[in-house]
Amino acid sequence: MKSHLTFELNGEATETFCEPRQSLLEVLRDELKLTGSKEGCNNGNCGACSVLLDGRVVNSCIVFGLEAQGRKVTTIEGLAEGGTLHPLQQKFLEHAALQCGICTPGFLVAAKALLDVHPHPTEAQARAWLAGNLCRCTGYDKIIRAVLDAAPSASGGK
Amino acid sequence: MKEIAYAAPRTLSEAVHLLSERGPRARVLAGGTDLIVQLRENTLSRRLGGLDPDTIVDVKNIPELTQLVCDPVSGLTIGAAVCCSRIYEDRAVAQHYPCIVDSASLIGSVQIQNRASFGGNLCNASPAADGIPPLVVLKAMLRVVGRNGSRTLPVTDFCTGPGRTVLIPGEVLVSIHVPPPRPRSGARYLRFIPRNEMDIAVVGVASMLELEADLSTIRDAGICLAAVAPTPILVTEAAQALIGKKATPEVFEAAAEASRKAAKPITDMRGEEWQRRHLCGVLTVRTLEDAFHRARGR
Amino acid sequence: MSAKTSGAKIGTYQVIGTRPIRHDGVEKVTGRALYGADLQMAGLLHGRVLRSPHAHARILSIDASAALSMPGVKAVVTTADFPGSGNRVADLGEGTIKVRDLCANVLAGEKALYRGHAIAGVAATTPQVASEALKRIRVEYEVLPPVMDVLEAMKPGAPILQPDLRTEDLGEKGSTPTNVAKHLRFEKGDIAQGFREAERIFEEEFKTSMVHQGYIEPHNGTALWNPGGELTIWTSTQGAFTVRDQVATMLDVPVSRVKVVPMEIGGGFGGKIPVYLEPVAALLSRKTGRPVKLLMDRTEVFEGTGPTPGTVIRVKMGARKDGRITAAQAWLAYEAGAFAGSPVVCGMMCIFAPYDVAHQLIDGYDVLLNKPKTAPYRAPGATSAAFATETVLDQISEWAGIDPMKIRRLNGAKEGTRRVDGLVYPRIGYLETVEAACGHPHWTADIEKLPSPQAHTVSTKAHRANLLHGRGVASGFWFNIGLKSSCMASVNPDGTVCLVEGSTDIGGTRTSVAMQLAEVLGISAEDVKPQVVDTNTVGYTDVTGGSRVTFATGLAAIEAARQIERQMIDRAAALWEVKPGDVEVSRGCYRLRAGGKSLTFKELSGKLSDCGGPVVTQVTVDADKHGVGCGFATHVVDVEVDADTGKVTILRYTATQDVGKAIHPAYVEGQIQGGVAQGIGWALNEEYYYDLQGRMQNSSFLDYRMPTALDLPMIEAVLVEVPNPGHPFGVRGVGEVPIVPPPAAIANAISRAIGTRLRTLPMSPARVLEAILKRSR
Ligand SMILES: Cc1cc2nc3c(=O)[nH]c(=O)nc-3n(C[C@H](O)[C@H](O)[C@H](O)COP(=O)(O)OP(=O)(O)OC[C@H]3O[C@@H](n4cnc5c(N)ncnc54)[C@H](O)[C@@H]3O)c2cc1C
Ligand code: FES
Ligand code: FES
Repeated sequence: MKSHLTFELNGEATETFCEPRQSLLEVLRDELKLTGSKEGCNNGNCGACSVLLDGRVVNSCIVFGLEAQGRKVTTIEGLAEGGTLHPLQQKFLEHAALQCGICTPGFLVAAKALLDVHPHPTEAQARAWLAGNLCRCTGYDKIIRAVLDAAPSASGGK
Repeated sequence: MKEIAYAAPRTLSEAVHLLSERGPRARVLAGGTDLIVQLRENTLSRRLGGLDPDTIVDVKNIPELTQLVCDPVSGLTIGAAVCCSRIYEDRAVAQHYPCIVDSASLIGSVQIQNRASFGGNLCNASPAADGIPPLVVLKAMLRVVGRNGSRTLPVTDFCTGPGRTVLIPGEVLVSIHVPPPRPRSGARYLRFIPRNEMDIAVVGVASMLELEADLSTIRDAGICLAAVAPTPILVTEAAQALIGKKATPEVFEAAAEASRKAAKPITDMRGEEWQRRHLCGVLTVRTLEDAFHRARGR
Repeated sequence: MSAKTSGAKIGTYQVIGTRPIRHDGVEKVTGRALYGADLQMAGLLHGRVLRSPHAHARILSIDASAALSMPGVKAVVTTADFPGSGNRVADLGEGTIKVRDLCANVLAGEKALYRGHAIAGVAATTPQVASEALKRIRVEYEVLPPVMDVLEAMKPGAPILQPDLRTEDLGEKGSTPTNVAKHLRFEKGDIAQGFREAERIFEEEFKTSMVHQGYIEPHNGTALWNPGGELTIWTSTQGAFTVRDQVATMLDVPVSRVKVVPMEIGGGFGGKIPVYLEPVAALLSRKTGRPVKLLMDRTEVFEGTGPTPGTVIRVKMGARKDGRITAAQAWLAYEAGAFAGSPVVCGMMCIFAPYDVAHQLIDGYDVLLNKPKTAPYRAPGATSAAFATETVLDQISEWAGIDPMKIRRLNGAKEGTRRVDGLVYPRIGYLETVEAACGHPHWTADIEKLPSPQAHTVSTKAHRANLLHGRGVASGFWFNIGLKSSCMASVNPDGTVCLVEGSTDIGGTRTSVAMQLAEVLGISAEDVKPQVVDTNTVGYTDVTGGSRVTFATGLAAIEAARQIERQMIDRAAALWEVKPGDVEVSRGCYRLRAGGKSLTFKELSGKLSDCGGPVVTQVTVDADKHGVGCGFATHVVDVEVDADTGKVTILRYTATQDVGKAIHPAYVEGQIQGGVAQGIGWALNEEYYYDLQGRMQNSSFLDYRMPTALDLPMIEAVLVEVPNPGHPFGVRGVGEVPIVPPPAAIANAISRAIGTRLRTLPMSPARVLEAILKRSR
C-alpha cells in the first residue's frame, strides 16, 4: 500500500506516493527519478546518499521516505542554482577532486552543510566533518583541498 | 524489508495507545540509525523471536521526546528522540555536561549525529553503545511511559542484555534526566576504535570524579565500562579504589586494575579479549586524568 | 607538487602537462551522470540474487515454487539455465579462466564453494518483492567442512573444493585430488652460489589477509534479451568488450548478438573486470521478455565478488656487509578463492623486480579455498610480495648499517637489468624515484610530532607520554600492460573533434586521452569531445585496467590525430590547389610552404565541406608492440604509534613515482594518492574476518575498515618523469604501482618506532600492541 507524501524538494513543492518501507533514498531515486544521490552501502556507513533534511545532512538510506512529510529536502540536483555551479562544484572540478565520481554527490552535499556551519573550516574540521563520506579513489587529498578552497567564495557569495 | 505501516503521532498518549494496540510488533522510531538498518537486515525479527515488526511509530513529533532543557539548578532533561548534534550544539550542555558531549560528538558521523538519539542508543542496548556510560557515571534517571502510567528508574537498571531492556511492549522511553553537576566534579568519556571515526567501540570508558575542597582528595567516583560485558558495567571496585584517596597516578592505576578485573570481554571481529581488558586499564587512567582536570576546573 | 624531468629530452607541450577540467566533470558534480544503478526503463523488472549461507556445501535441491507463486515474481533462474559450456577458456584482460568456472562462479553448480556464492536469481516487479521472494526459495544443502587457510588447504587430507582438480606442477599434471591448482617457478643464476657469497642470510615468513577493492559503487547489471535474440547489457564495468565476450561465451551466443553499453562506473580497481550479475540478468530477461536490473548490496559485494588474495610468503635473502644482495629466494602461496587463478605469477614477477640480484629462485602456488574467487586489485599480487621483500631489505639495511636509500641505490635495477622472468629492462626510472625521495625535504626533516587530528578521542596528557615515532621507506614495482585499443575521431565544422573510444572512464581518462589527440592536432583539450560508447559503435578495446588506458588508448588517439592531420593537409592543399607536399603544419596551423597562405585548424575545419567533406578516421592499436613502460615508486612515511593502544597514525606521506610523462598531472597525482590510501588501509585495518564456519563477519563498511578522511594526512605525490621510449610522449602506466609500497613502508616505520617487526597484515592495533607488550616483557 502506498502512502501520499508531500515535501519541499530542492525548493519546489513535491508530491509523490511511496511505500512506508521505502527509504528516502529509494523515494528519490525510484519514485522521483532523481538518481544523483547514490547508494554505496545502504546502512549509513558511506555517505554517498547524503542529502539535507531541513538543512542538516543525513544519510537518506536510513531515513524513511515518509519522514520527509512537510519538510525540506536538498539533493545534489539542487546544489547548482539557476544554471550556475555551486562554488563547491566548481572547486571540485578545478582541483580534480573526483575520479570515478560516485562519492562526489554525497561529498558535495555534506561539504555544503559543513560550510553552512563553519564557513572557514580548518583542515582538521573538514576531515572530521567528512569522515562519514567514504571515497576509495582519491585518498581525500584533493577533496579536502577543494573544500577548503571553496570556503571563502562559497560563504562570501551568499 | 517486509511491508510496514508508519505513524507519526503528535502526542505521547497517542503513541502509547498505538504501541499498546499493536503489541511487540510495533517499534518506536527515533533517529532510525539502528532501527532501519536492523529492519533491512532482518536482525530485529530474530530478536523478537521471529516476529517481524509491522508498525513503525515515529516519535519525533512528540514534544516530550524532543525537548532539551539544561538548567544548572534542576539539571538536564534530554528528550529521548533528541539527536546528538542538538545536544552538542547546545552551549549550556557543553559547559555543564562535557562528558555527554564527548559521547554525542563521537557517535557515527555528522550524518548519523543529525539523527541518532540517546533514547535510541539506550533502547537499542548495544553493549558497545557510547551514549550509555556517561549517563551511568552521571547517575541519570529515565522516565518511561506506558499504558499504565509512568515510571522513573536509574539508568543502571535499564539494560538487561545485548538488545534487551526493561521496557515492556507498549512502553516508551520519554526522557533522560541528568542531575545538576556537583561542584568540583568532572567526567570524561573515551573509547578506543581502530579508525578515527565510523567504528564501534572496542572498549569505552566513562569516569566521573568529585573532589573535596582541597581539589585533590576524591570524594566520589564512578567508572563505567562499555563493550566488555553484555551491558555497560559500573565498576564499584574502581570507585572504591578512588574514594577518599588523593588523585595520584598510583591511585588511578589501582582503579585501572579494578577495571581490568571487572571486564568480561569476548573476542570478536572488533577486538580480542586480552586487548579489551588491557584497553580498559588504559582508558580508565586516561579518562580519570581528564575527569580530574575537568573537576579542578569547575 | 613537484615534477622532475630526467632522461631523454622531452619536447615542449601546449596541452600535455596542463590541468584542464575533465570533460565529464559537470555531469558528475551535478549528479546527472548515469551510473549503472541509475538506469530507468519502461517495464523494468528488478532482480536479486540468492546466496549461499555456507562456505562449503553440496546443493541437493533448489525449490523456487513458493517464490514463483508470489504476486509480482516473474522468474527464477539457476545454473541449470546456462547452456552446457564445456571446457573453453575466456580471457578477462588480466588473466584467463575456464568457462565452466566462469558459469559456476556466477551461479553455483553442484556445490556452493564460499559464503555469498550465488545460487539463484529472481526477477520481480519491485526490488522489495524480489528481496522477499529470495526468502521463499528453498535450497537443501549438505554442509561440508570448509578450508579457510592457504597452508591448511595445501595439506594432504584438506577438504577438497573441486574433486577433478589436479596440480599443474611446473608443467606436469598431478594425479591426486588437490586444492593446489598450480606450482610455478622462476629462476635466474645459481641460488646456492648466491647464498655462499652472502655474509648473512635473512629468512622470514609473511602473512597477508584477503582484502577487497572497496569501490563505493556496488556491482550492477541490466539486460534486455529481445525476442529477436539480440541481447543488450547496460553495466558499470572496466571493459565493455570483456563483458560482451564473457557473457557471449557463457550463454553460448555469437558476440554479434550481444551489445554492451558501458554506464559510468563508480570505481573498479580490477574488481569490475569479471562479470557477476550480467549473465543472470540476461537469463532472467530471456525468461520474462522484459528488461531486468540487478543490483548488489554491500554485503554481497564483500561476500560475492573478487577480493584480492590473502598470502603466505617466505623470503630468504643473502647479503654482504657492504650492502650488496647476493641471493634472493621466495616461496609464495596465494589464495585463489574457490576457483583457480590467483595473481601469484604477478607476485613472482614483482617480488624482486626493483633489484638487480644475480641469483634468484622463486616458487609460486595457486591455491583454492572456500573464499570468493579472487579478482585483480591494483597491481594484483605485487603489494603482498613487496611487503615481504621490502621488510627483509630493511632488516639488511639495519644489519649492514647502511641507510635505506643507499641500500636501494646499491642494489637498484636499471636499464639492462634482467628480471627473473626473463625481461631485460629498457629505460626505467627506479633509481630516479630513490633519488627523488632522498632529495625530498621529507627525507631529511625531523618527524613532525603533530597533535592527533581528533582531539576528542584522545586524552591529551596520558596520550602524549606514550607516543613512539618512526620513519619508513619502501619501493614498489608494477609491469603495466598494453593490449588493444580502438578509437574514432571526426572533425566538426567549428574546429572541435569528436573522439569516440571504447575505454570506460574511471578516473579522468576521457580527458587524458583527449589531451594527447589535442596535443598532436594543436588544438585545446576543451576542443576535443570525448565519448565512451558501446561495443557496437567502436572497435575492440581491452579493459580499463593494468594502468593501460592513458598509454594504450592514448596511442590510438595519437595515431588518429596523425591521420586527421594528414587528411587536413590534403584538404588545405585541395583548397589552395597545390600539392600536399606544399603544405606544412605546426601546432595546428596549416601553411603554404611558399608562404602567403595559412589557416588554423579551426578555420580549415569550417571549410571542409568545400574541399571534400567531413574528415573522419578510425584507429586500432596493439599497444604491446609499442613497448609498455614499467612503473616504479619509492615511498617515505612517518608514523606515530600509541604504545598503550597499538594504534598507528600516519603523520606524513610522500610518494615518488616514475610516471613517464604526466599527461594530466592532477589525475596522475590523484592515482598516486588513491593508491597510497588503499595501501594504508591494507596495511593497518582492512581484512576479511571469518568465523570458524567460514562466514565473513565484517561484510559492511562499518567493520571492513577502509580509511576515512580523518585517518589520512595529505599525501604528497612527487612525479618523476623518465619517459617511456615506447610512447611518443613517454607515457607509462601510473595507476597501480602506488598501492605497492605502503604496507611495507608503514611496517618499516612501525619497526623503527617500536623496535620490533610485524610480518602480518593488517598491522591492526591488536597486533601492534601485542608486539609492543611482547617486546617489553
Ligand atoms: C553508521 C553508523 C554508525 C554508528 N556509530 C555508532 C557509534 O559510534 N556509537 C554508538 O553508540 N552507536 C553507533 N551507531 C548506532 C546508533 O546510531 C546509535 O545506537 C543511536 O544512538 C541510535 O539512536 P536512534 O535515534 O537512531 O535509534 P533508532 O534506530 O530510532 O532506535 C533504536 C532502537 O530503540 C528503539 N527506541 C528508540 N527510541 C525509543 C523510545 N523513545 N522508546 C522506546 N524504544 C525506543 C527502537 O524501536 C529501536 O529498536 C551507529 C549506527 C550507524 C548506522
Ligand atoms: S548508501 Fe547511505 S550511507 Fe551509504
Ligand atoms: S571518486 Fe571514486 S569513490 Fe570517490
